[in-house]
This record gives sequence, C-alpha cells and structure tokens, in this order.
Amino acid sequence: MLTIKNLHASIGEKPILKGLDLSIKAGEVHAIMGPNGSGKSTLAQVLAGRENFHVDQGEASWLGQDLLAMPIEERARSGLFLAFQYPIEIPGVSNAYFLKAAVNAVRRHQGLSELDAMDFIKRVKSEMKAVGMREEFLYRSVNEGFSGGEKKRNEVLQMALLEPKLAILDETDSGLDIDALKAVADGVNRLRSPERALLVITHYQRLLDYIVPDFVHVLAGGRIVRSGGRELALELEERGYGWIESGDSAQAGAAA
Amino acid sequence: MSTVDTWTADFKARSGGFSGASLPWLAARRLRAMERFASEGWPGTKLENWHHTSLAALGQESFSPASAGSCSRSTIDALRDGQAGHWLVFVDGHHVPDLSDVGALPDGVQVRTLAQALVGQPDLLESRLGSELDGSSVVALNLALASDGAFVHVAQGKTLDDPIHLVFVSAQDRAASFVRNVIVAESGASATIVEHYVGENAQTTLTNSVTRASLAADARITHLKLQQESAQTYHLGALDVAQEGGSVFNSHSMSFGARLARHDITTNFAGRHCETLLNGLYYVDGRRHVDHHTRIEHAQPQGVSREYYRGILADTARGVFSGRILVEPGADGTDAVQRSDSLLLSRMARTDTRPELEIYADDVKCAHGATVGQIDEDSLFYLRSRGLDEEHARNLVVYAFAAQALARIENESLRQRAAKSVRALLPGGLALGEPA
Repeated sequence: MLTIKNLHASIGEKPILKGLDLSIKAGEVHAIMGPNGSGKSTLAQVLAGRENFHVDQGEASWLGQDLLAMPIEERARSGLFLAFQYPIEIPGVSNAYFLKAAVNAVRRHQGLSELDAMDFIKRVKSEMKAVGMREEFLYRSVNEGFSGGEKKRNEVLQMALLEPKLAILDETDSGLDIDALKAVADGVNRLRSPERALLVITHYQRLLDYIVPDFVHVLAGGRIVRSGGRELALELEERGYGWIESGDSAQAGAAA
Repeated sequence: MSTVDTWTADFKARSGGFSGASLPWLAARRLRAMERFASEGWPGTKLENWHHTSLAALGQESFSPASAGSCSRSTIDALRDGQAGHWLVFVDGHHVPDLSDVGALPDGVQVRTLAQALVGQPDLLESRLGSELDGSSVVALNLALASDGAFVHVAQGKTLDDPIHLVFVSAQDRAASFVRNVIVAESGASATIVEHYVGENAQTTLTNSVTRASLAADARITHLKLQQESAQTYHLGALDVAQEGGSVFNSHSMSFGARLARHDITTNFAGRHCETLLNGLYYVDGRRHVDHHTRIEHAQPQGVSREYYRGILADTARGVFSGRILVEPGADGTDAVQRSDSLLLSRMARTDTRPELEIYADDVKCAHGATVGQIDEDSLFYLRSRGLDEEHARNLVVYAFAAQALARIENESLRQRAAKSVRALLPGGLALGEPA
C-alpha cells in the first residue's frame, strides 16, 4: 500500500528526516514511537503533503502512485487520512458544512454520487453516536471552542466518514484523559479492517494498550532505528528512549 | 466638478425650502455650517485625520442633489427579505412613504423623519442636531445641506424588540444625498437600529450621512451599519455618540461597497460605567478604498470599551484604520481594548493601521494590538487534507476571518443578514460555510 524509501525531508535549512524506510500493507497496524524531536510529526505531515517541509531525497509509493508528487487534496481523496495532533479551528464554518464538503469531495473522486443533505445528516448522526459526540457539534464552528477530547473525537469522526485506506494518527493520545482516550481508541478500532491500514504515531505506549499494533518502529534522529512487534513498545515504556538513541549512534558509528 | 462653489451655490438655491428653514436657530446653524465648509473645502491629506484618504477624485466628479427620490419596490423587498421590523426608506436623500413600513410601535417609541420631528419637536432637536463645529468640514457640509433623515426617540424605560431599519438608497446617477439621523434613547431605553446604504446598478453617487445618538443613563443601543453601495459611490459617513452613566452602545460597522468609504465613529463617556463595543468588518477589492476613524473618549471613571476591526483586502485595494482612545484625567478604572486585524489577499493590497492611545489617568487598563497577514497556511492545509480543493479551502479561510467579526453581532437574524452580505462578495459566494 505504502512504501517509503530513503526519505529525507527538511524545514528551512534543518534536516529532520534522514533516510527513513517504511513499508505498510493493507490490514496492518504500525506504530511509530520516538522521543520528542525525532521527526514523528514531520513524517505524518510530509505524507499528508504539508508544503513547508521540503523533501530532499527518497520516494514514497502509494497505491502504485508517486505520493510525493500528489497535491494535498489528491492524497486525501485517494484514501490517505491524517488525524491532526492539533486540529485547526475554522470559525464561522459549521462542522456540518465542513464534513459534508469533505465527504463529497472524496465521493466525487471515487466516482460516487454526492450525498444530499438528508443522506448526509443520517450518516453523520450515526457516526457521531459511535464516537460519542452530541448532535450540537454539527452546528458549531469547526473545532472552535472544542475541548482537547472533543477535537480528537471530531478527527475520528472525520476519519470514519471519509473511510480512508490508510489513516495516520499523529499523537492522537496527547492531552486526553483516560475516558477520552478509550473513546477515541474505540472509534479507531471500529475502523480496523483487512482493507485498511493504520499508522499510529505516539510518544507513549499507553495508546497502544487500546490500539494494539502489529509492528512497532522506533524513530530517532530522523530514521527508523529499530523495528519489532508489540513487545518493543513495552520495552520502551520500561527503559525509556535513552538506550535506543545511544544504540543508534553506536550503529551509525559502526556503519561509518 | 464638485467644488466648494458647487455646494455654496446649491445651498443658496435650496436652503430656503429645507425642512425647518423657518426655525431661526436652524437657519443660522446651517448658514454657519455652510460658511465653515466654504472656508475649509473638502478635507485635504495634509490634515492628520485625512492623511491616508484623499478626496481629490471626489472633487473631480460632479454631483447634484436629486429633487425627489424613487426606486423600485423590488429593491426594498429584496432588502427586507420578509423580515419583521420597522422600515423607514429614503431614496437619494428623500423620504419615500410608499416604500416605508414603520408598522405599530409601542407607546413612547417614535420612528419618523427628521423633517416631521422638526415640526413636532424642534426644541428637542435644537440640542441634538449637532453644531457646525462638529467633526470635519464634511460633517459641516452635511449639517448645511441635510434636509431630512431619520429621527428615533425611545422614551424612558421602553424597549423595542424588533430592529428599526433605516434604508438609504442611491438611485439616480450623479445624485448627491445628504442625510442626518438623530437617535435619542432616554434613561433605561433599549433599541436596535440598522442603517442600510445600498446603490442601484453601477452608478456614481455621493452619500454624506451623519448619525447622532444620545444615550441617557442605562440606555442600551445596538447600531448596525451595512454599507453596500455601488463600487462607484463616494460614501462619507459619521456616527457621533454621547453616552451617560451606565449606558451601553454597540456599533457594528460593516463596509462592503463604495469606491471610497470613510466612516468616522466617535463616542463620549459622560458618565460612569459606560460601555461601548466598536466592531468593524470591511471588504475591499479592485481599486476601492475604505477608511475607519474611531475615537473613544473615556471622560469618566469605570468605562469599558472594546474595539475590534477586521479588514479583508484584495487586488490593489486600500484600507485605513485609525483608532484613538482618549482617557481623560480622573477617568480611573478605564478598561479599553483595541484590536485591528487585516487579511491581505494580494501583494498589491495595502493597509494602514494607527492606534493612538492618549492616557491622562493612572489606574487604567488599556491594550491594543494589530496584525496584518496573509491566509493562514495551517487552516489551508487542514481543509485540503480533508479533500477540499485549494480554492474552496482558501475561500473558507477568508470567510472564517470575516466570521469572527460577524460573531459579535448578537441578534441572530441581523448576524445572518450581515453574513449573507459578506458571503455574496467573497470568492466562493453564498454557499460558503452554510450548514448542510
């Protein structure tokens, strides 16, 4: 589904990703963990198409296409979804308008008919119920005045409505209390299917108790320095990131 | 040409027939006002308050007052849009009874024309109509030449629920309209007044309007001005407010039309615990120009003022905001906030923002800030990452910028009205941001 090879990306003059390789197949759940500043969020943003990062080298093949050449909206329409760490507030634009515009943009791309107001409302209300959002959130401005948990639920709602092939969750657990975390994780787990892949980016292993990954990768210094199964996350929880980072520099030294 | 001579000749020809011409105080005041304009002429850019706004182009255009006003009923119906309220309509500066619909008013509330009030309540107007010394020479010209306008009087303790809509239509090409409105709210009175300025077609017109509002103790007035005139119109407007203790004045100045629009807004706190909100939103494109000059006079203690101006500027348009906050000696406990935010949609658009704080009291909270920026990239990225194309996303972000000013209009139907007006202008159009 997604194959990333030797990805280098920078912001301004500062290199952040320094040769990242990752391969994700349909149905898989990958977790990327790493210390602050390791490039986790940069990876998420580069994959979604954020233009202030510059891709210096490498490639990303997405469903047989060159992902890095696609405009942001084309990536979204072809089934790539990024749940934001800090969802943006759009005052004056109702959540209902925004969600409907998004759903119909994706449907048009897939050659499906657009949902009319009635069908859309029916659909969105059932999804809202599933993520535990009250109906009033449809008529409020996008994310404006939402609590941290409400914003994250709104991200999961968008994900459910857009039915992506690959969903990237960027620190979706940050700032959530345990109840909100469970609700968000339940929402995400409902979407797990053999056709859909998840890339869960997190600093803490806590979220992975609820969204259990098939693979765990450790990102440090802009590269994946270790990959393993779920047990790797538990090991990180116990030992911290220090041993990985020192291992990374040892490996780099050996390679040089 | 629209020179000093044009207007002194016009004054000589017509002033004998003006409403209230037989009132000696008024005839004398108009004459002095005309003399002031004759000696000063149009304000020049050497004057500090007119530094960024030149009326040179206006002086080159020729205008003359219309002898009567008429426009199609459909213009008014479209504006009314089936909404309740009390509607007083003026076309080219002339009241048109057939198009007006003031409806039933509660006891103690008057909505009538200035001409009618000059017959019925000349003594009240003598103290409320204003003097030739007020404001700029443009305001003096208005005093000299405005024969009509609206008069709103709300008696002590009375509340009017539905808004009063004052509609000013510019219909004839080359028409000059001079209107002067007087709003009087007695103690504890409450009302909402909307001034609509609209133009028919793409005609070149001049609108010179002055509104004077006085709020007695604990009165509450919400004033919404919707300026949507033709892109060839010169709009010179002034709003002058006098507040007594505990009164609340909320102004929403929405300026979307006109080739050149100038709005002077002044409020004076003459008693303790006055509150004012000056909320503004403007959109200018092409080569159009809009200028807001505000002045808040904290003359008494414990006054609260909030001032928020937002401008959207496209093409080679130009915006000016100048906000003066004066805190006089002894006006302790003053709490003033001023913000100006401008969104530039083009590299050629330009905005000039000037906060001016003059503080002569010690115990004062006074904050101001200004931003000038382009479209927010984070918002664009977010919307596009949900599949919206770039243009759609951009239009939504622009609308969102405007929406923050619209949100301050408490009255739901007036807020929707203003929102609809601004959406109709913005790229992306009416459908933007509406609920599903």
